Amino acid sequence: MKIHEHQAKSLLRDFGVAVPGGDVADTPAGARAIAQRLGGKVVVKAQVHAGGRGKAGGIKLADDPAGAEAAARQILGMRLKTPQTPPEGILVRTVMVEEASAIDRELYLSITLDRGRSTHVVMASQAGGMEIEEVAERTPEKIFREWTHPALGLGDFQARRLAFGLGLTGDRLKQGVALIRGLFALYLARDCSLVEINPLVVTKDGRVLALDAKLNFDDNALYRHPAVVALRDVHEEDPLDVEASKYSLNYIKLDGNVGCMVNGAGLAMATMDIVKLAGGEPANFLDVGGGASPEQIENAFRILSSDPSVKAVFINVFGGILRVDRLAEGVIAAVRTLGLTLPVVLRAEGTNVELGKKMLAESGLALTMADDMADGARKAVAFAKGARA
Amino acid sequence: MSVLVDTSTRVVVQGITGREGAFHAARCKEYGTQVVGGVTPGKGGTTHEGFPVWNTVDEAVREEDANCALIFVPPAAAADAIMEAAAAGVPLVICITEGIPVTDMVRTKHFLGGTASRLIGPNCPGVITPGQAKIGIMPGHIHRPGPVGVVSRSGTLTYEVVGQLTGRGIGQSTCVGIGGDPVNGTSFVEVLRLFNEDPATRAIMMIGEIGGTAEEEAAAFISAHVRKPVVGFICGQTAPPGRRMGHAGAIIAGGKGTAAEKMKALEAAGATLVRSPADMGATVAKVIGA
Repeated sequence: MKIHEHQAKSLLRDFGVAVPGGDVADTPAGARAIAQRLGGKVVVKAQVHAGGRGKAGGIKLADDPAGAEAAARQILGMRLKTPQTPPEGILVRTVMVEEASAIDRELYLSITLDRGRSTHVVMASQAGGMEIEEVAERTPEKIFREWTHPALGLGDFQARRLAFGLGLTGDRLKQGVALIRGLFALYLARDCSLVEINPLVVTKDGRVLALDAKLNFDDNALYRHPAVVALRDVHEEDPLDVEASKYSLNYIKLDGNVGCMVNGAGLAMATMDIVKLAGGEPANFLDVGGGASPEQIENAFRILSSDPSVKAVFINVFGGILRVDRLAEGVIAAVRTLGLTLPVVLRAEGTNVELGKKMLAESGLALTMADDMADGARKAVAFAKGARA
Repeated sequence: MSVLVDTSTRVVVQGITGREGAFHAARCKEYGTQVVGGVTPGKGGTTHEGFPVWNTVDEAVREEDANCALIFVPPAAAADAIMEAAAAGVPLVICITEGIPVTDMVRTKHFLGGTASRLIGPNCPGVITPGQAKIGIMPGHIHRPGPVGVVSRSGTLTYEVVGQLTGRGIGQSTCVGIGGDPVNGTSFVEVLRLFNEDPATRAIMMIGEIGGTAEEEAAAFISAHVRKPVVGFICGQTAPPGRRMGHAGAIIAGGKGTAAEKMKALEAAGATLVRSPADMGATVAKVIGA
């Protein structure tokens, strides 16, 4: 799960991490009031779940409260288009108004899981403000890494090594160490999957501040963080993804026209692959899970077929825990309720497959049976391209 | 011969009084696995659907010599259940549970390092040696004994390849699901080592997926050590970057972990790569001359 910058900064503050003063507004007048309170120059920043905001016109500098109001008027309501947003952009609903910092140096800091070592890694680099992947590619020696102890966490000596690596000295070193420790405490306590501060800045008046903050959370751990769940902004997600999450379905909308319904993440990915190999484009990733109920199947079917670009549906199921008869029950209910006319290709194997196929055959649905995965993909792609059965 | 599990494996099911635990304990027993009973704290001394229930894994080890734990405990308590089994000295711990928080697994994996236990999973279908023992949630009837070792990060995709193999009359020595989480107990490399040393295994089918570098590490091991034919398939060739494809571990992040990179590494290591998931069985057949 992702959250907005202003929410991230509020969490940072809770953990003693220094951030610029600021607040969030959803009207130009609100932005003006915040700028008034802060005094001096401010930055007005669009709050969307995507990077690259500056270049897209989503971040503006203002000299005074009137300027902040004008900037907010421009940014609020705009559809921000960056390389990380969908092509149509994201509607900006809120802005953050923050004191402008006179920057001396821009640095980089992040914490995430290192899968290879099965523990968390804190990364620091003096190349702030840049894409860290590029830095890692071109000048790997400029990135400092400290792997935390799985049980004991981040040692003070590690935080110091990182701060020295960032070239901090004197009072700035102390601030940097405190900031790194606070960030790691937040990362662990809230089950983050990523904390990224880019840039971390040293101001001309000697403060070390998190100027931007990106926080992602481990979805598996959200059950123990209701306060984090409350920060979710469904406006930032695809409506079909949001609908699917209500029924605990793993659904991701893609750009093609062959709707896919599969049990198991691996088989679901493999089904997308085979649709592509058959000359088609998958419209979605959908894993209905191992123990899906007929109700979940019905909702899954409704969601994937409500995507207007879907021209054919390919159901590919290898029944293990999920019994094929239960799948059939859900599919039949969905097609009846929705009065669906899309061509549906079914490939099913495994537990209770004969019963499931019999139920579907007797339901009177216009269903095409497939012998195997390749056959199913071929048939579904042909339907999507407009061929008739 | 086989790897990890056989007729001498004695299984204790943690979370046996839950719906999934009870259902699959019965299916494993039907298959012929020695399921000695289960553990649900607070329900010790009772029986559940014919299985004795203990409060702790310790008791199951003491009373019934359990040497394998199969875990169906819900995600919030699953990491603790893994540690309990390891602390009780159970040599093989198989965790089916999906959805364990990453920070829990980081600590648990560290804990396991100080014990003699091996963890398979979590978020996996389990392990089956056809004709001997089924310890997990896979449909038993699609398997048959034979010469192919199967190792995979995905559950249903494993059933798919097993179905294709059995359909061609090719059996399996052992099938191991290592799980789809970013931090898991046993890696491809460790299972490849076991298959390489197992006289009953003549060829290895390895199914990887996008995310992480486990397949690249497997490729390095294959190149240096494996003297048996390996057939590889990587799913997620069409997955978009930055989106988690169902499994917590299946994500292309920062341009790393793509299917193309993994396929290249395996091919360079001498594995035979399958492009289409429909051709996995046929390719194994060709490789072993069946």
